[in-house]
Amino acid sequence: MKILLFGITKEIIGSSTLDFTIDQTDLTSETLLDILKEKYPELSKLRSIALAVNGEHANGSEIVSDKDEIALIPPMSGG
Amino acid sequence: MIALQQTKEINTASIIDSVKSDYCGAIDVFIGTVRDNLVGKKVTKLFFEAYETMAVSELQKIADTVKEKFKADKVSIVHAVGDCEVGEIAVVIAVSTPHRKASFEACEYAIDTLKETVPIWKREYFEDGSHWVFSHP
Repeated sequence: MKILLFGITKEIIGSSTLDFTIDQTDLTSETLLDILKEKYPELSKLRSIALAVNGEHANGSEIVSDKDEIALIPPMSGG
Repeated sequence: MIALQQTKEINTASIIDSVKSDYCGAIDVFIGTVRDNLVGKKVTKLFFEAYETMAVSELQKIADTVKEKFKADKVSIVHAVGDCEVGEIAVVIAVSTPHRKASFEACEYAIDTLKETVPIWKREYFEDGSHWVFSHP
């Protein structure tokens, strides 16, 4: 799956999108975030880190697959 | 009007016009601008990055909530993307309501919520470096 990256997460992962292969079925957004945090420990040092699934803030329970647009959401700072 | 624009394209007058309403007696406008300092450090510019499709949909949600919660007739929110120099506009929020109190409250609600829910990231540039705002505790 392709994961969109913004702000500080681009610097942590070193690109603007992340191609991520995962075999697990019934993968929840919470599990995906845990996997990403394990692979990129710097993500856990942020004030907050979350996912968006198809343009909506994830609540952790969404089942995600290659068809979904996933984005990592570091602490937002608009305004 | 819900939009992301380069700061130089943001037209405050047309945003205010966009919320004019014959049955409303109040228009309140919040304009966020780039200040030249942060806890004593000189800020040289800001850069805003957005997850654009989601940012627009989250801004639309705020506008919809403002209409419902504060009985606003029209709501416009325009946020800058890209470079923003000191003194330039980062965000404009305009709300029309029948009476003034609701329009003040609506603008405050909109900017507070924007900061919490809209996927936009601000990079601050100083004379000696730069950082993504709020990234680390």
